[in-house]
Amino acid sequence: MSQDQDAVFQLKGSMLAITLLELARYDLARLERQLADKVAQAPKFFDNTPLILALDKLHDASIPVDLQKLIAICRQHGLQTLAVRTDRQDDMTLASELDVPVIATSSASGRALEPSDEASQGEVARPSKVIHRPVRGGQQVYAQGCDLIVIGPVSPGAELLSDGNIHVYGPLRGRALAGIKGDGKARIFCKELNAELVSIAGRYKVAEDLRRSPFWGQGVHISLTGDLLNIHRL
Amino acid sequence: MAKILVITSGKGGVGKTTTSAALGTGLALRGHKTVIVDFDIGLRNLDLVMGCERRVVYDFVNVINGDATLHQALIKDKRLENLYVLAASQTRDKEALTQDGVGRVLDELSQNFEYVICDSPAGIERGAHLAMYYADEAIVVTNPEVSSVRDSDRMLGLLSSKSRRAERGEEPIKEHLLLTRYDPTRVDKGEMLGVDDVEEILAIRLLGVIPESQSVLKASNQGVPVILDEHSDAGQAYSDAVDRLMGKEVPHRFIDAQKKGFLQRLFGGR
Ligand SMILES: Nc1ncnc2c1ncn2[C@@H]1O[C@H](COP(=O)(O)OP(=O)(O)OP(=O)(O)O)[C@@H](O)[C@H]1O
Ligand SMILES: [Mg+2]
Repeated sequence: MSQDQDAVFQLKGSMLAITLLELARYDLARLERQLADKVAQAPKFFDNTPLILALDKLHDASIPVDLQKLIAICRQHGLQTLAVRTDRQDDMTLASELDVPVIATSSASGRALEPSDEASQGEVARPSKVIHRPVRGGQQVYAQGCDLIVIGPVSPGAELLSDGNIHVYGPLRGRALAGIKGDGKARIFCKELNAELVSIAGRYKVAEDLRRSPFWGQGVHISLTGDLLNIHRL
Repeated sequence: MAKILVITSGKGGVGKTTTSAALGTGLALRGHKTVIVDFDIGLRNLDLVMGCERRVVYDFVNVINGDATLHQALIKDKRLENLYVLAASQTRDKEALTQDGVGRVLDELSQNFEYVICDSPAGIERGAHLAMYYADEAIVVTNPEVSSVRDSDRMLGLLSSKSRRAERGEEPIKEHLLLTRYDPTRVDKGEMLGVDDVEEILAIRLLGVIPESQSVLKASNQGVPVILDEHSDAGQAYSDAVDRLMGKEVPHRFIDAQKKGFLQRLFGGR
C-alpha cells in the first residue's frame, strides 16, 4: 500500500529578514512615543513587520514586564511579535500563556538597524523583498532599493529585478537582473542555473552563452569583475 | 455555497472541455449537485461532449443579458439526476461576457449547487480571465509538451495575481495539475515530457494523469462523458482524479509504459 506517498507538507529551512527589538528600559510610555516617532519617519517599514522582542538587554533585569501590553504596543505600531527572546523564567511563563514562542538568549547581537524608506541611505541595511511562491512566466518582480529573495522556482518568461542582490532558492529559469541602478557589486545566487538571461549592472549573458558554462544547471553565484560576468560554483 | 472550479490551460486543444465534462459528471455520480458552465462563447463544445446539444434553448449570454432566467437556461442531464449544463452561445463573441454579469450568474448558481465547473476557453484573454476570476480552485490542464507547460505556467501566474481572491488578498486559489493525453511509450522515447518533469517545472500538486486514449474521441463523438466508460483507461483515470479532488488518497495509474501480461489482459489490469 502506498497510500501515504503524497506528502501534505514540506519542511524548508530558510533565512528571513526579521527585525529585532532590544528593549533597554522598561518604560511603556516612552516606548510608545519613540515607536510613534520611528513610524512617522518610515511608515512603510512598520507594516506588519515580523519582530523578535528581546528582553535580555534590559538594564534592570529585576523589573517584571507586562508582556501582553508590550506586544500590544508593538502591534499598534505595525510590528508583529513572532517570538520573545529572554532568559528570565517569568517572561517565559507569560510568553507560553500568550502562546508566543521563546527564543533562548544567544551571544548573537545583531547590527543596529535604522528603519528607512529611502532607497540609498548609505550603509544602512534594508530588509530584503522576500517572495514565497513560484514566480511564473509573464510575472515581473522588482525589489527597489534592496535585495530580492525568491523561495521557489522562477519560470521561463519571468523577470526578477533588483537594485541589489538576487537570491533564488530554487531553479532560475527566467531572467534575473541585479544591480539595475548600476551597482556592480551586486550578485546573483541561485540553486540551479537555467536562466534565460542574467545581468549585473547592465552587463549580461543570455542562455546561449550561459549554457556553455560548466556550471549550467548547478548551484552558482554570479559576480561582475570589470566588464566580465563570472560564474562560480556555489 | 458552491465550490467554483475552473478548468483552464492557456493553450488550446489540451482537453479542458473533455475534462470539464468528465469531472462534472464524476462529481454528480458521487452525489454532488453540479453544474458545468461553458465559457467558450462562440464555439460551443461542451454541449456536444455532454450530448445535450439538441436541447439548448437559452444560453449563458441570454442569462447575463436578462433574456432568460437561469431556471430556463439550465439543461438537465438525461443520465444523472444531479447534473446540469449551462451552454455557451454560438452567435455571440466573448465580449458578450461582462465581469458583473458573470459574477451575478455564478452567485446564483452557487446558491443552488455544490460544484460549479467553469470550462474555460483557450488563451489568456477576456473569456479565459472571466472563467477563472471567481474561482476557488483551478485545475490546470496540461499536455506533456513544452509549449503547453509554458502556457500553464503563465496561467498559474494569472491565477495568483489576477483573480478575485488575489485582488482581495484572500487565501489564494487552490491549484491542481492535470496532465492529459499522456503517452508513456512516447515519454520513454524522449518525445514527450514525463510526469516528473512537468511536476518539477510547474511545482503544483498533481491531481491526475489522463492517458492518451481512443476512448476519449469515441466518447465525445457519442456525446457521453468518457468517465462513464468504466472500462476505458481514460475514464478510470478521470475517476481517480475526482476521488483525489474529494480528498481521497489514490495511487496514480497509467504512468508507466507496461506491457500487460497475459493474466492482466484477461482480467483487466489494475
Ligand atoms: N486523453 C485524451 N486522449 C485522446 N484524445 C484526447 C484526450 N483528451 C482530449 N482529447 C482530444 O483532444 C481534442 C481537444 O480536446 P478538448 O476539446 O477537450 O480540448 P480543449 O482544451 O477544450 O480545447 P479548446 O481550447 O479548443 O477549448 C479533442 O478532439 C479530444 O477528443
Ligand atoms: Mg474547450
